[in-house]
Amino acid sequence: MTGLMLEGILLTIITAATPLLFASIGELVTERSGVLNLGVEGMMAMGAVIGFAVAHSTGNIALGVVGAILAGMAMAALFGVVTLIFVANQVASGLALTLFGLGLSGLIGDAFVGVPGAGLARVSIPGLSDLPVVGLLFRLDPLTYLAVAITIAVSWFLFRMRGGLVLRAVGDSHVSAHALGYSVIRVRFMAVLFGGACSGLAGAYLSLVYTPQWTQAMTAGRGWIALALVVFGTWLPGRVAIGALLFGGVSILQLHAQALGVGVPSQFLSALPYLTTVIVLVIISRNRALVRANTPAALGQSFVPDR
Amino acid sequence: MVKARGKQAMKKILATATAIVALAVGIGSANAADKLKACWMYVGPHNDGGYSEGHDVGRQMVQKELGDKVETSYVESIAEGPDAERALERLARSGCEIIFSTSFGFMDPTIKVAAKFPKVKFEHATGFKTAPNVGTYNARFYEGRYIAGQIAAKQSKSGVAGYIVSFPIPEVVMGINSFMLGAQSINPDFKLKIVWVNSWFDPAKEADAAKALFDQGADIITQHTDSPAPLQIAQERGLHGFGQAHNMYDFAPKAQYTAIIDTWGPYYVKRVNAVLDGTWKAEQIWDGLKDGILHMADYTNLPDDVVASAKDTQAKIEAGTLHPFKGPIFKQDGTEVIGEGKTLDDGTLLSMNWYVKGIDDKLPQ
Repeated sequence: MTGLMLEGILLTIITAATPLLFASIGELVTERSGVLNLGVEGMMAMGAVIGFAVAHSTGNIALGVVGAILAGMAMAALFGVVTLIFVANQVASGLALTLFGLGLSGLIGDAFVGVPGAGLARVSIPGLSDLPVVGLLFRLDPLTYLAVAITIAVSWFLFRMRGGLVLRAVGDSHVSAHALGYSVIRVRFMAVLFGGACSGLAGAYLSLVYTPQWTQAMTAGRGWIALALVVFGTWLPGRVAIGALLFGGVSILQLHAQALGVGVPSQFLSALPYLTTVIVLVIISRNRALVRANTPAALGQSFVPDR
Repeated sequence: MVKARGKQAMKKILATATAIVALAVGIGSANAADKLKACWMYVGPHNDGGYSEGHDVGRQMVQKELGDKVETSYVESIAEGPDAERALERLARSGCEIIFSTSFGFMDPTIKVAAKFPKVKFEHATGFKTAPNVGTYNARFYEGRYIAGQIAAKQSKSGVAGYIVSFPIPEVVMGINSFMLGAQSINPDFKLKIVWVNSWFDPAKEADAAKALFDQGADIITQHTDSPAPLQIAQERGLHGFGQAHNMYDFAPKAQYTAIIDTWGPYYVKRVNAVLDGTWKAEQIWDGLKDGILHMADYTNLPDDVVASAKDTQAKIEAGTLHPFKGPIFKQDGTEVIGEGKTLDDGTLLSMNWYVKGIDDKLPQ
């Protein structure tokens, strides 16, 4: 295996992990506030289509990314209104949001099917990108840098800042947080919006960077993987990032294993990313204390303030 | 008492529901009396830019050419399996008189549903099972793949092509073998790397597969999946490939050599017309390049001599003087499938589950 090939593989793995990282970090924040939003796939699809549509119409990819963020937030706002203000069931509303997003994105995107998009170029950071081995990490596309920055920022916010403490308090016991005078609904709404923005980014990454094109259902289940990764990472940003890389890594490596012709049935290789995720999930769940410490205790529970 | 009331209420609701359904069916059949209702079922989105879109272009042609004599409709993104059965049944109940089920995996559901609706006519693409009211139709895509294989062998510097595939069904295996036989006719030592993505349509995964194949030394890519993503990767890397089912030139104007374009329209018009004038009967149709059911996209990004030889091969296939599966053909282990001078018959082709010699990959069973 040559160095160039290794570099190619690493680049592909990072590209595969980035949309998963965006979506799962957003969902992590949402879930830390106690809200389970199963609509990630739908929000991603909307981000993908709006991102592509705006970028294509204006010729400006940055505007497309902004459009995708807003589209994800609009979808999340809808979910927030339904579940937080009208106190609808979160699981059912989230599933509905996915179906709605997939359908609506198909409708909006009809005019953009079969239209090639201009991809986002990679940005080399001068000086650092020429370093051996690690130089690769400084020759990525801007959105990947953004994903890493968001992950670090979220981690800092959740565990080093007062706002993060409030958010976690709301997610662990909305009754206590309410009694202390925090607006549970407002905190949750903001967390839901943040989740939507990140899902929108994940979608934009697919339609603007990964495969610069729009096709219906191009998210192909990645929203669901992101949801699983949040649990996989026991609601900790660093672990979620590792999970995204692990899942991306195994799915890319299995393709390489096939191309090399290792003689293992391809169906088994294709199942490997899922299998690995499930196994690691089981291993992590064995450490009960760790899981209990980080699982938002009020996850999925509706909050109705009693006046 | 409460229970009895509940039952009565239930009966009332049922009666109302039945009345509404009866009304709806009545309206449906009144409409159907003036127009023939022709329906399509797709495995992907109708505008996937690939296989399903090819069928939808055909449907639109039927609507355009037969105008107010027909009413066409489609259902899209139907998963192969139990979902397909439900969708077909819904179509049959909704008054469709002819239903085109356009994916290989719809085969058993089509046969099953057709037995329940003997008056509805079914046509199943790329399969091999028939019934009195189920015909099959297919295009000899392998003819195009043979030409692609020859081009690949002439153009490749590394002598290695990458092949992205969906599921190990005979149609796909036939395509791989034909591509390889075409390549071997130019370069007997040509190598093929094969990656299964277990999906007909997942742009990101197809792109990943293309990257993996390029990283491992392939410099030409071909695919039996439906999105233009692999070609986009080829363009990004300054390498080349072939479009699938649809002309993908716009997605990769510097990368596409040619594309195998499905051209179902004329066939659909012919078959719907047959229903209209009452001459339809279940047939097994397998047309090729010469019948116009598939076309080769313009040969681009190629030197003149390669274009000329590709056109020459195409002309020979159309004239019937060249058959991609002409013997001698050997399996991977060296056993002879067919000897010198003979060609494989359609039955063998349609049930193909072995690789030809020279492919070092294990076929998933």
